Amino acid sequence: MMRKFGLPVVLVAAFALLPATADAQTPKKGGELRFAVSAEPPDYDCHAATSFAFVHPVRPHYNTLLKFDPANYPKVVGDLAQSWEQSKDGLTYTFKLKQNVKFHDGSPFSSADVKATYERIRNPQNGARSIRKAAYADIASIETPDASTVVFKLKAKNASMLTNFASPWDCIYSAAKLKEDQKFPERNVMGTGPFKFVEHAAGSHWVGERFADYHVKDRPYLDRYRAIFITNTAARVNALQAGEVLSEFRGHSPADRDKLVSALGNKIEVHESPWICSLVVTFNTEKKPFDDARVRRALSLAIDRYQGAEALSKIALVRHVGGVLRPGYELAASPAELLKYPGFGKDINAARAEAKKLLAEAGVKDLSFKFLNRNVPMPYTPVGVFLIDQWRQIGVTAEHDQPETKAYIANLRGGNYEVGLDFNCDAVDDPNLQLAKYISADRSPINYGRYNDRKLDELYDAQKGELDPAKRKQILRQFGQHALTEAYTFPTIWWHRIIVNWKQIKGWHMSPSHYLNQDLQDVWLDQ
Amino acid sequence: MLRYTINRILLMIPTLLGVAVLVFVLLRLMPGDIVELRFLMDGGQVSPEVLAQERTRLGLDKPLWQQFVDWMSGLMVGDFGVSMWTGRPVWDEIASRLELSMQVAIMATILATLIAIPLGTLAALFKDRWVDRFIQVFAIAGLAVPSFWLGMLMIMFLLVNFNWIPPLTFKPIYVDPWHNLSQLIWPALAVGYRYSAVATRMTRSTIIEVLQEDYIRTARAKGVFERLVVRRHAMRNAMLPVVTVIGLEFAFLIGGLVVTEQVFNLNGIGKLFVETVTRADYTMVQALVMLVATFFILVNFLVDLLYAALDPRIRYR
Amino acid sequence: MAIADTTPKITYKVPKRRHPLVQFAVTQPLGAAGLVVIIALFIAGIFSESVSPYDPLVLDYSAMLAPPTWEHWMGTDAFGRDVLSRIIYGARTALAVGFLSSLLGSGIGAVIGVVSAYFGGRIDMAIQRFMDVLLSFPIIVLALAVVAVLGKWPVGGLDLNLIIAIAIPMIPKVARVVRSSALAIREMPYIDAARAAGYSHSRIIFRHIAPNVVAPFLIMFTAFIAQAILLEASLSFLGLGVTEPTAAWGLMLSGTSQEFYQQAPWMIIFPGLAISLAVFAFNLFGDSLRDWLDPKIKL
Repeated sequence: MMRKFGLPVVLVAAFALLPATADAQTPKKGGELRFAVSAEPPDYDCHAATSFAFVHPVRPHYNTLLKFDPANYPKVVGDLAQSWEQSKDGLTYTFKLKQNVKFHDGSPFSSADVKATYERIRNPQNGARSIRKAAYADIASIETPDASTVVFKLKAKNASMLTNFASPWDCIYSAAKLKEDQKFPERNVMGTGPFKFVEHAAGSHWVGERFADYHVKDRPYLDRYRAIFITNTAARVNALQAGEVLSEFRGHSPADRDKLVSALGNKIEVHESPWICSLVVTFNTEKKPFDDARVRRALSLAIDRYQGAEALSKIALVRHVGGVLRPGYELAASPAELLKYPGFGKDINAARAEAKKLLAEAGVKDLSFKFLNRNVPMPYTPVGVFLIDQWRQIGVTAEHDQPETKAYIANLRGGNYEVGLDFNCDAVDDPNLQLAKYISADRSPINYGRYNDRKLDELYDAQKGELDPAKRKQILRQFGQHALTEAYTFPTIWWHRIIVNWKQIKGWHMSPSHYLNQDLQDVWLDQ
Repeated sequence: MLRYTINRILLMIPTLLGVAVLVFVLLRLMPGDIVELRFLMDGGQVSPEVLAQERTRLGLDKPLWQQFVDWMSGLMVGDFGVSMWTGRPVWDEIASRLELSMQVAIMATILATLIAIPLGTLAALFKDRWVDRFIQVFAIAGLAVPSFWLGMLMIMFLLVNFNWIPPLTFKPIYVDPWHNLSQLIWPALAVGYRYSAVATRMTRSTIIEVLQEDYIRTARAKGVFERLVVRRHAMRNAMLPVVTVIGLEFAFLIGGLVVTEQVFNLNGIGKLFVETVTRADYTMVQALVMLVATFFILVNFLVDLLYAALDPRIRYR
Repeated sequence: MAIADTTPKITYKVPKRRHPLVQFAVTQPLGAAGLVVIIALFIAGIFSESVSPYDPLVLDYSAMLAPPTWEHWMGTDAFGRDVLSRIIYGARTALAVGFLSSLLGSGIGAVIGVVSAYFGGRIDMAIQRFMDVLLSFPIIVLALAVVAVLGKWPVGGLDLNLIIAIAIPMIPKVARVVRSSALAIREMPYIDAARAAGYSHSRIIFRHIAPNVVAPFLIMFTAFIAQAILLEASLSFLGLGVTEPTAAWGLMLSGTSQEFYQQAPWMIIFPGLAISLAVFAFNLFGDSLRDWLDPKIKL
């Protein structure tokens, strides 16, 4: 039955993310892009936002200092920066800014705005919120020698600094507005981006319109865009099928893709890519017997990741077997290197035999526990059901406990669980972000395993300060080996992003993150 | 009558206060809080300091009695506060969604009444005959079919056969009647079926009862035509309980839209309720529950008043 | 002897005493039909292991989303689990939740109603005000809040807190009806007599009042089973009820299953039919039971 709908009609180059050739056509101007968003931003402040539901409607109103090249992730290009250089010691970054950039209220943009923005992120004042202070903790000072130059001085080397400057969250605000009120961006949208804010109808939709004075010539192409909030998955896919919306930029399940392909055929285009998100099993190491590495490793060994990836990829948005970094990322383990990690071998019978042996050695018989999972159908439920089935095969009983999200988070954070299915999802592949899940609980706010492991911390700091990619990669392999042997937290199967666009949408580029490429600057409609 | 009315109004106060206390306590007992949800549901690495700062900002670090007193004193002057999630005034959030839900409820009521009164009367007149049995089965099926499932089947049918779905965004009926009706007629049908089933059963049983009353027998004995008996004597007297059921069901419907609005992606009170409960947005949930409860109590009050006006015995009980 | 000849022999027409079940079936054909379905559901629920063709929990990656065939009469779901088997096991969940929550709700409600009516005065006043408070919450809203507060308490794949959450909204309704029936009984002379004889409160309540409110209680009990099944389905649909991988009808309609409804409509149609049929049967039966036991009671 699956085969009938199985092969997507158009499969735009997935894994390599080839530079798109579709842009050969001359872009057309005008039109309104309607797209669905599955959640809604609570307020309008980039610096306090964490959700894609924020990025999709709000990002087109703003620019950032740098951004990822839409067609060549992870290459970094300028957004408001014209050019930049990094000093030899890696401690000074100097940015030359673009000229003739205007804010939506007509005021000119200058280096003061960049400084005010980053000061707000680094050290929010007067009730403003910033949730990514840590990413800029290494900055010592920000200087503005002239109106078009900004200099960042660092205290310590940081191999991820350029990636940080390309973060989709660091919207550049107007220094004048911030001076009046640091909380101004929470309720107002005023940036330099390609689209001006028109309206936000709570619970319903968000509209932006073309900014005529946008600094990039002839951009944007679209007259307007309309983000429509549709929380129910089926309703969202129906809207896409009926042509009420032309896309949804987070991602679809394979079932939805197949349904849309069989209904719409060549009216749509399917884009696929590995996704920088993974579901990880995490243990409350304060509870017995999960304080024992052998027990934890046994539960990792019991999982047939390769067969699971293949089967689950038909029904859930997971597909790739990978370690602590996204498979396919330049610094991640290659498939051959992966085989050496415990739980990543191809011989599942041997692995399960070893798992049983480990459990016996640890003196654990008839292990049974409550398995905390999030009450979100895709992909948490299928992966949870899959894991329970895998553990059953080595004689371990897991009882599925799926509370709704806020109770799930409270239980994870509060240590009120035995074994849980946690998630790790961030805008970029950057190891500093990705590995924070694994380092000691007293250093990382998102380690819910309640353990401290100084070896992991050391390796983490070493890779962070290592500017040579080859050497950094070496350290990362050691990190992976140690993390997966101790198995406090281990990845199950990495996500797979599937985007289905109506063919009219041109100039949009797939990326491995649903947080990126959403400024809509180069998107146009062929109609 | 005046004394009875005043008495009833005074009785509403402890009930409303009870609702307020109950919802306040229930919300605080729910595991998880809005701050964790907001900053951690999509990943990201937020430090405990930011979470603590946000709790202070929302007033969640105040003692519980203080929070309750703040809320109550706000209510006294008609101030519902601001949503903890969006920061916008609670009343604005509700008002922007109330129109849609009210319209669906009203449309469902009209549909239900149009179906229920003729069907119920017919069933009563042909009691225990096959027409009656057929109508009863239709009505009981209405109570049995989950309205969300009915909604799913409707959408499936429309999409597969016409490649069309109801519009996604709401426009008031006075702005664009066609757009408005083509969006809301489906959910109104889905919930209206159950609603009409309840009303049909009520109509049937009251008319059967009334037809057995002495004055109907007298009318019949006097040789009044059957049609006239039904229209002038039976219907008029049977309408009171039927109107009551329709009124009470209407009050329930506002809450009952919770599931149906999900299926049709309607931006109404029901969807808002589910969203705010899952977010633990205390101020919003409190206001919504108070609103629905007040509405329900008021409808009950009006119904009782109506009965009391018509039946003097009730006033003196 | 002539007299004897002239008087015709009197023949008594003795009404045939029929078994109450038969009598019920004859006078209430719809109710009997409902009863047949209910019995079938109970058989499915109690003997799920022997009735269902497959284990409802076993994943079969080679038969994902298979359409109805001779092997899988109602097809399979996204995990390759047999839909028919899940519906059969779902009957167990539905009946357990429906029966237990209805028992709990109407039991507590009846006790509160009788107590309230018997004591009257301030106790009655206080209880009635509290019942008013509960009544002014829409059912689903109250259940939603209770589920959220209590969290989950799974015992053998069944969530006990869910049962409590579904039972709570029933309490005030039962209490109301039982209270008014009990009020009428309280005024009866034999209760006064019992009081005068110095019987204890509990003896009077349980021996003299309770048996007389059994009819309304039974009728409501059946009606609430239907409501409970429907409410459980709604809550599971919203993701707040039963948890995967337990087989439950509402759950089969929720979450990811909706996404498959074009490739695999059987995943949507059969569980919906199961819910409708079960609720339909309980309602039919309940209605007939009311007509049979006491036509005056209204719900």
